[in-house]
Amino acid sequence: MEPTNVYAYKLINRKEYFSPGHRACQGCAEALAVRLVGKALGRDTVVACATGCMEVVSTPLPFTNWNVPWIHVAFENAAAVASGAEAGMKALMRKGRLPKKRITFLAMAGDGGTSDIGVQALSGALERGHDFIYVCYDNEAYMNTGIQRSSATPFGASTTTSPAGKVVPGQITWKKNMPEIAAAHDIPYVATACPSYPLDLVEKVKKGARVKGPAYIHILSVCPTGWRLPPELSIKAGRLAVETGVFPLYEVEHGRYKLTIDTGKLRPVTDYLKIQGRFRHLDEAMIAKIQQRVVEEYERLKKKVKMTQGD
Amino acid sequence: MGKRIGLEVSLSAAEAVKMADVDCIAAYPITPQTHIVEHLSELVNDGELDAEFIPVESEHSAMSVCTGVAAVGARAFTCTSSQGLALMNEIVHIAASMRLPMVMILANRSMSGPISIWNDHTDVMSIRDCGWIQVFANNGQEVFDHVLFGYRVGESQKVMLPVMIHIDGFILTHVIEPVEFWETQQVERYLPAFKPIHALHPDRPVTMGAFGMPSMFSEVKVAQDEALIQSKSEIMAAWNELGDLVGRYYRPIETYRSEDAETLFITQGSFGETVSLVVDALRDEGKRVGLLMDRLWRPFPLDEFRQAVGNARNLIVIDRAISYGGQGGPLAMDLRSALYKERNQPNITNFICGLASRDVTIDDFKNMFNRSMEKIEGNPREEDFEYYGVRGK
Repeated sequence: MEPTNVYAYKLINRKEYFSPGHRACQGCAEALAVRLVGKALGRDTVVACATGCMEVVSTPLPFTNWNVPWIHVAFENAAAVASGAEAGMKALMRKGRLPKKRITFLAMAGDGGTSDIGVQALSGALERGHDFIYVCYDNEAYMNTGIQRSSATPFGASTTTSPAGKVVPGQITWKKNMPEIAAAHDIPYVATACPSYPLDLVEKVKKGARVKGPAYIHILSVCPTGWRLPPELSIKAGRLAVETGVFPLYEVEHGRYKLTIDTGKLRPVTDYLKIQGRFRHLDEAMIAKIQQRVVEEYERLKKKVKMTQGD
Repeated sequence: MGKRIGLEVSLSAAEAVKMADVDCIAAYPITPQTHIVEHLSELVNDGELDAEFIPVESEHSAMSVCTGVAAVGARAFTCTSSQGLALMNEIVHIAASMRLPMVMILANRSMSGPISIWNDHTDVMSIRDCGWIQVFANNGQEVFDHVLFGYRVGESQKVMLPVMIHIDGFILTHVIEPVEFWETQQVERYLPAFKPIHALHPDRPVTMGAFGMPSMFSEVKVAQDEALIQSKSEIMAAWNELGDLVGRYYRPIETYRSEDAETLFITQGSFGETVSLVVDALRDEGKRVGLLMDRLWRPFPLDEFRQAVGNARNLIVIDRAISYGGQGGPLAMDLRSALYKERNQPNITNFICGLASRDVTIDDFKNMFNRSMEKIEGNPREEDFEYYGVRGK
């Protein structure tokens, strides 16, 4: 941690744009991340939100937790709705029907709404180059509908559609690497973040909003309900995901990779896995497989950092 | 009066979109609507139309982009056909429920499968209950006029609903027809700038698209239906004003030689113009035949329809879509239901024909007339409907 970060917490916007009183579960790190993203972006933001936990916990008609303009249309189209809002506002300002002003357009969705059903709309919006920021709150399964597996569910995790059975030991596919897919669109800014590292998260969201063109932030959002862990371990689990290398925090700025939090020597993945009920059934062979994969991916990421920082 | 020129109907539709000064066009290619968006992209890239042209990656995103555009208070346009409409179906319903005005041209085309690019109304009927204002345009001029009409009605603060204009694919989209353009001053008088009741803007934050618990849902949906039903007064006002402005008066049910008719053909879309020739021919033979063309499809013009039917004894309803396993074509089913409470119910015969652009000629309609008379003289309840011009039938 850089020395400035010790007092920097006080510099985070004190205003609430995602207000208290929402109905998220105890210990929901996604709600915390949403709150931090709101603080990072400030009042001049328009939010397009996908169907999912955050929509359901914050907008039971006629109530709302949102103090910024907010729209929900459907599950898979947050990026397209944000594209329309951005383009519409751009046209209105250019034609003199709205005063010119810098407004941030935020599209937000969960991992299902991003890496499964919403990946096409997202890819289209990134490719078209809309000036917006897309945040994926990744809690690694369809939590809103009852913990079904998604393509972002990690290998070995037990969910309601990838249960740890007698023959098949939970999820048997590896987590889709959505930040890399976003980066492959050659957009100006891609980052991973985790609310267990709030300053890192806030800085990345601010950076993403500042760049001209699309930015993609992938936020690991610990879900105590779906991950089967006590709510008070939410923040710790996020830190362990980073410290074990399971979810490294990095950014890709105009193609240059940088590890923003380097915790030094990786902790063993068991530190992360053993506190979560969804991995309870894993045997040593499965854990060894995960350990090997995490190290390989981490090394690959470090190589990318080394390769791209040089030029 | 504006200039009158010969132009492909798709191109004149695009010119009308330009005259409406739309802010954003979401475009995804699907036959037969392609010429409309192609021409719009030319108008934007040549600097003739100041709008964002958003070449989306799917129709689902086209409709999603339009909802985003309308939600910030900008004017949105898109068009599609059959499979494109099916793909965007989810958002078509949501746009209406969110009361977001926009105009979409549906270049009518068959629904797969088998895949067919040709014209019928199976796509129209697949979203009959989506909550949009829906009108049929029967020629190039009507398409042009109804683009401006669509924004005028949909954006009215008393309405706030999206508007869909049905035009027959190829039969209309790809033919060259004379179209009278509007003068700029006429457009300015007819179509004020879009001023939504609510728009997404940081200075006045609103939440749009909140979820409805069972305790709220019914009230929200009934309010939506009431808005659609009540939009008719704005529709009528907008048609009257359009008539006063450019001299073309449109009505929910257009009639042709129907006043004293014993038998009425009832059509939707471009069939109307063909059947008008059939009516002339049958009148020449001394038969009291007339024609009703349904222009306003939703909200359904119940009173106008009952009035237009008047004392006619026989109705020949021409459907261009199948309601699988149903009791006839979708139009015929609606009309039967509309006349159920009438004391002197006319005989209704129903023909489903012209699927995937299968040609239906003047002689075919004459055959349908004769067949109807046979059925009515025999046992009118013999069959509720029949397929016309199908091998093996």
